[in-house]
Amino acid sequence: MVTASSTAYGVAAATPDPEIPMLTIEDLGILRSVDDSPGGGVVVTITPTYSGCPAMREISADVQARLRRAGFERVTVATQLAPPWSTDWITAEGHRKLAEAGIAPPSAAPSRTGPIPVTLGHPASPPCPRCDSPDTRLTAQFSATACKSLHRCDACGEPFEAVKAL
Amino acid sequence: MGTDHDNPYDLLAEDHDEGQRWAFGTGFTDPLAGIDTSVPDGLDAGALARYSLALGDDALIYSHRLQQWVAGLPELEEETAVANIALDLLGQARMLLARAGGILGQTEDQLAFFREEKEFRNVRLAEHADRDFAELVVRLLMFSAWRLALFEALSSAADPVLAAIAAKGVNELAYHRDYAASWVVRLGDGTDLSHAKTQAALDTLWPLLAELFRPDPDAFAAVDPGGFDAVLDTVFAAAGLDRPTTAALAPDTSGRAGRDGVHTEAMGYILAELQSVARAYPDATW
Repeated sequence: MVTASSTAYGVAAATPDPEIPMLTIEDLGILRSVDDSPGGGVVVTITPTYSGCPAMREISADVQARLRRAGFERVTVATQLAPPWSTDWITAEGHRKLAEAGIAPPSAAPSRTGPIPVTLGHPASPPCPRCDSPDTRLTAQFSATACKSLHRCDACGEPFEAVKAL
Repeated sequence: MGTDHDNPYDLLAEDHDEGQRWAFGTGFTDPLAGIDTSVPDGLDAGALARYSLALGDDALIYSHRLQQWVAGLPELEEETAVANIALDLLGQARMLLARAGGILGQTEDQLAFFREEKEFRNVRLAEHADRDFAELVVRLLMFSAWRLALFEALSSAADPVLAAIAAKGVNELAYHRDYAASWVVRLGDGTDLSHAKTQAALDTLWPLLAELFRPDPDAFAAVDPGGFDAVLDTVFAAAGLDRPTTAALAPDTSGRAGRDGVHTEAMGYILAELQSVARAYPDATW
């Protein structure tokens, strides 16, 4: 049976991320669920990447606008904090699109059991998304957005961004 | 859609259609929208509100101090780093103030912009004005190492909302702490001048540390001082810095400190700047 929410899921899932528009919110693992609301309409549940991510409100507005255009009149966007988002929520398709856009996809997020040990010095730098060389270095721990770091490839000389593994 | 271009101020309106935004982050929505914020049976709602407010105030005031550095940092890379750390803390502040405000019947904006100095419950370390970059990174190391340990403990707190906010913040704080730690090592283990400035920063800030470990009857979790000391000692050893012996900044004569609304002189100036626009235009929306 085709329910309202299953159609709505496809519409919501195709919403592009405002900061990395080549990826959808489904690719990024931001979209948690789309459900039929008991009183009619649909409830879209999203999760923030970072506590202060300014894109969350934009994503919420975009999802509502897309669903309204698709004929859903009553749309509620809800937040879900637990379990917290990590880069492990980015799908395989998300990884592929990031690399295609010249952004190094994240490695597996560090597992968190017990106190988190302090890391001195810089974390490992990912392979270059343009030439695949492993000969890269971190130039800044933060880039234009909180979720990315800045690197340089010593083989091809190009700077590139990487999604931080968190 | 064409008429929007005739008046760019239309685009500033709270709700506009996709593709018509003028900037990210305009307009605000409840950061806890759709989350079940009922207080579980058996929990002291008053203590939960006071504690959420205290942790929210730490983040709000600390974030403001970091924002004041933006456009004054030594390199572009540090501009983006400090701005992003300030943004993370502001996000934590919004969720915590919303948690407290939901119980107290106030909005996050009312709590941020319309309380007086004595009603703010942040620790005094959060309000310190860093005099140089060494103080910025040393203070951030102390604050984020403590807050990370606290948020790890709070991730299993009895209140599921507070626990989720804390669990969300753990990854962010781990990154802040490691950013600060790597700079403390570079400066402490750098030139004679950078070493001297970093040791001086540590000696200056050390008196503000003890307050973080004062017993708090409202607390939902506590930091193990041994684990915290081990983190700092690891960094100090790599940086060649000496653990200071300066005395703690005492509470006032009644035994009150930041959590009780007793602040340093710096706090009034922070609030004057932070609250001026909201108080001048109390009906404004953003």
